[in-house]
Amino acid sequence: MFYREAGDFNTSYAQDQQTFPIKFDRYRYYLVLFVAVFVIPFMVNDYWVNSLFLPFLIYAIAAIGLNILVGYCGQVSLGTGGFMAVGAYSCYKLMTAMPDVSMFIHILLAGVITAAVGALFGLPSLRIKGFYLAVATLAAQFFLVWLFNRVPWFYNYSASGQISAPERDTFGILITGPNTEAWATYMFCLIFTVGSALVARNLTRGSVGRKWMAIRDMDIAAEIIGVNPLRAKLTAFAVSSFFIGISGALFFSIYLGAVEVGEAFGINKSFLVLFMIIIGGLGSIFGSFAGAAFLVLLPVLLKIVGVDWLGWPTDIVAHLQLVIVGGLIIVFLIAEPHGLAQLWRVAKEKLRLWPFPH
Amino acid sequence: MPEQLAFTIEVFLNGLMAGVLYALVALGFVLIYKASGIFNYAQGVMALFAALTLVGIMEGQVPFSHLINAILGTEVHHFGWHIPAFLAIVLTMVVMIVLAYCVQRFVFRYLVGQEPIILFMATIGLAYFLEGVGDLMWGSEIKTLDVGLPQGINVWIDEFTFNATGYGFFIDNLDIVASIVAAILVIGLVMFAQYTKQGRAMRAVADDHQAALSVGVSLNFIWILVWSLAGFVALVAGIMWGAKSGVQFSLSLIALKALPVLMLGGFTSIPGAIVGGLIIGVGEKLFEFLIGAPFLGGATENWFAYMLALVFLVFRPQGLFGEKIIERV
Repeated sequence: MFYREAGDFNTSYAQDQQTFPIKFDRYRYYLVLFVAVFVIPFMVNDYWVNSLFLPFLIYAIAAIGLNILVGYCGQVSLGTGGFMAVGAYSCYKLMTAMPDVSMFIHILLAGVITAAVGALFGLPSLRIKGFYLAVATLAAQFFLVWLFNRVPWFYNYSASGQISAPERDTFGILITGPNTEAWATYMFCLIFTVGSALVARNLTRGSVGRKWMAIRDMDIAAEIIGVNPLRAKLTAFAVSSFFIGISGALFFSIYLGAVEVGEAFGINKSFLVLFMIIIGGLGSIFGSFAGAAFLVLLPVLLKIVGVDWLGWPTDIVAHLQLVIVGGLIIVFLIAEPHGLAQLWRVAKEKLRLWPFPH
Repeated sequence: MPEQLAFTIEVFLNGLMAGVLYALVALGFVLIYKASGIFNYAQGVMALFAALTLVGIMEGQVPFSHLINAILGTEVHHFGWHIPAFLAIVLTMVVMIVLAYCVQRFVFRYLVGQEPIILFMATIGLAYFLEGVGDLMWGSEIKTLDVGLPQGINVWIDEFTFNATGYGFFIDNLDIVASIVAAILVIGLVMFAQYTKQGRAMRAVADDHQAALSVGVSLNFIWILVWSLAGFVALVAGIMWGAKSGVQFSLSLIALKALPVLMLGGFTSIPGAIVGGLIIGVGEKLFEFLIGAPFLGGATENWFAYMLALVFLVFRPQGLFGEKIIERV
């Protein structure tokens, strides 16, 4: 009743090809966008932005990127942390080398650099498949982290080996450094998140996305029907790394401000983003958002419940968090291997029939 | 004999020893992968869990004491007894078998027939879960594990090589013990797989699930058996690594060391795990010694194994001893 495809008549090609062809989806999208742009920035304070909204928006970009690679193209990657580090460090080098250029351009350039690195590490995927590839991407993870740790040029020879974001503004509004306004950083990340999601959605429903999915479903069959596996796999690696690089750049410059590579972009980060797309749903843009929201919210909630309400020591809560995250992943895989996105699909199905289910 | 050459040989030998330990962890992976097609990322955490449990039992720690104390406001920590190492190892093995049963009963029974990658991700979830449970049960502080294994420099080899070459080799007694144990373990496992009824059933399952099922092999039982065996291997690896560098979180990272070994050797081959382990052990130590430390700023051990495996796989995608990958449409 509420959600239906019927009765939606398109009278032009533009209407037929729009990003959300169904009215309900479109209005929902406009509503979310309206709330995100016109309501949230006026309500947030530093705590909300730093503990919820920034990590959510940034991880959502990373999750979209990884979902393109794993969920759409079927190439399992455990190198997300390393690629985020590439984004962060190239953003840092660009910020310090060209202080006058807008942050928008720096972050996009960081994405482009990461895309190149990602395509390079994607090359073995033409020969190596499945688990072997998953393990091979770990080579990228460890090598890149080591590289940024050991080569002083990347951290501008700073004594601590850390990189920290200098103060930069965009259109006269400060967005990096310690003296930023909460709404400014939020809006800056929001622009990138919305942009990434739109680009990703349109890529995945276009011819590129169909090629990726053909490769995912069976690469030899795809090759036989004329999909070039070299181009499909490398574009998937490049596009995926582009988004992951953007998220790494934002993660460093806007969210953390100062980064030690092994700590911020270690293998745990790779797993975290992987969990997001598993819990959210492989092969779904909405799932990337849902998974990111879930895994950002969970530790905050657990901390509020465990530490603030029950008064348990923080280390016990941290261990419990591991147990709960691990348990949830298993439960999700058993109960709903397609993740939160599938739950949403089921809900839509119910809404379509409600209140007259047969 | 020139100094440099002697150093190199020493590094080579130590690399062999380290490789044996990598192979030990990789072995656990291969066992489970062959029998159930599950790529068990949790193997490293299982080693950590086994070592934690062993220390906890030996020291008479109260399980979940921190949690109990936090909830009930009590102050319990120790039962106040010490259990001899041998008995504690047996008890830990019982715990690992219970764990194997639970893993099979509550997780993988529901995931039969899922895609391999889903199973793999389930084991990552399992790794997080076990890590959390291990910390909650026994606390997360670094513990020393002392089951009476010899440690320190092997004086005999030191003197012998000093007399022979003028340079005394430093080889840890523990590494020698570990190598011997690993060798016994491998021979034992191969004997078990070849000459016992259960071992034969295990190989049948590895060959073809449905065919094994149709001749009356209980898949459930075999999988529990295999997970128990992997638990046993994890326990042995946990004891060796725990005695070497203390029982702490980093112990679970040996899984990451074992992955390139597996890639190199092939996921399905026990000899592959051993040869791969030796190649990786020697390769990364020699690379660090000859190229990494002098020219690249050191700590190349973190990634060298992966790069080696990566480059190798580009030329031989199924690893050294893996089954040939045949793809059909």
